Amino acid sequence: METAIKIKNLSVTLDGSVRALKDISVDLPVGQAIGFIGPSGAGKTTLIRSIVGRQRLTAGSIEIFGLPAGSVQLRNQMSYMTQGLSVYPDLTVKENLKYFATMMGQPKKQIKAIVDEVLESVDMTDKADALVSNLSGGQKQRVSLSVALIGSPKLMVLDEPTIGLDPVLRDSLWKLFNKLTAKGTTLLVSSHSMDEAERCDDLVLIRDGRLIAHNTPDELKNITGTKTIEESFLSLVGDEE
Amino acid sequence: MSVTKTFATSRRVLRQLSHDPRTVAMLFIVPPVLLTIMKYVFDGVPKVFDGIAPMLLGTFPMVMMFLITSIGTLRERTSGTLDRLMTMPISKLDFMLGYAIAFSLLGFLQALVSSFVMIHFLGVDVAGGELATIVGAVSAAFLGTALGLFTSAFARSEFQAVQFMPAFIFPQLLICGLFIARDQMAQPLQWLANVMPLTYSVDALQQITHHSSWTSDLTRDLIVVVAVGIGVLILGSVTIRRQE
Repeated sequence: METAIKIKNLSVTLDGSVRALKDISVDLPVGQAIGFIGPSGAGKTTLIRSIVGRQRLTAGSIEIFGLPAGSVQLRNQMSYMTQGLSVYPDLTVKENLKYFATMMGQPKKQIKAIVDEVLESVDMTDKADALVSNLSGGQKQRVSLSVALIGSPKLMVLDEPTIGLDPVLRDSLWKLFNKLTAKGTTLLVSSHSMDEAERCDDLVLIRDGRLIAHNTPDELKNITGTKTIEESFLSLVGDEE
Repeated sequence: MSVTKTFATSRRVLRQLSHDPRTVAMLFIVPPVLLTIMKYVFDGVPKVFDGIAPMLLGTFPMVMMFLITSIGTLRERTSGTLDRLMTMPISKLDFMLGYAIAFSLLGFLQALVSSFVMIHFLGVDVAGGELATIVGAVSAAFLGTALGLFTSAFARSEFQAVQFMPAFIFPQLLICGLFIARDQMAQPLQWLANVMPLTYSVDALQQITHHSSWTSDLTRDLIVVVAVGIGVLILGSVTIRRQE
């Protein structure tokens, strides 16, 4: 299988003392929905920030499509949705998208079409002219996600994209994610919810800054002899302690 | 660097403000109101007001743009929009210059309104004329924006960012020659005033007030203000890090 992301002996120490990531090595495949699963505080966001090039690495290396994380050439091949809102609340949905599309270097003539298309994907067309600050939490989330869709990046890195969404909406977003991976997009999705893990093609379980497993959901359940990812996680943690 | 992305950023910043009419109204109304109050504060000594009012036009845009910019960029940091932008194919200068252009433009409009009120309603006589007054005020707005962008990098919270105003701007206000001619201050303060950028904004407006022709001191003042602004912007693009 082709490798999208190659992480080798990655360690990150935050503020000079907090060891957020400890010697993580993992190869992640192209064109799959890869879940970074772990409790809050496990190091998921630090790992994601390292991959998108926002975090200085203390040791080790990350290669994305053969280039070191943070390379200039990667900037128009990937997108990043942070855990925060990461759109402007005092702009309308459309104004946000137009701005980010311009910053992504999309040609002026195509921006309108791109904006319409990504709004359609997250089912927000009817809110195009609403101020983001007037939207509900779930709607804001979808606007933020739609920004990550601009330019059809090869790699999408989404930090907790479905947090706080109702089950129906979550389901429709996962359908969108599956459509994207079917087209060859690599999706990195972090979540602290174990039932979300069931939806991923590939799982990276993290706890306390360490990688505790890297398998498909089915493999994981087979190895641990459990029925759910939550039970697998508990069994793996139990083995460690 | 990209002109398209820089101007897109300016437009975006201005559009954000356009959705916040109260802030825009305050930007244009507060300075003329303060000037009017000052006129009546100095009711008994109108000559003093005539000397001070133009200098105030050099300080208002600096103070206001400093505050708005530092809060604005801090919000970009805390909301994650800066995180997102820093992973996109843009140069940090696109971001910085975008802000600088947007707020200099606002400073220009603010100066237009304030100088009009000052000259035509409050009857202040500016020998150098309206245009020169506006040039002086815009350069101060640019400097304020640049300083705001730079210092916001050191603020971890809105509380800290707001405190930078009294910490960085007030001392400059005290010694810039607004309250008393600089040559009457203690010598160490005069030295300090000589290296503070606001001194040059205020001096520029003093030159404009007293001389009908363009003076070499005015040229020097404007060069210092703009050069410090550009220098601080460049420093600021170093303090905004792609990798943290």
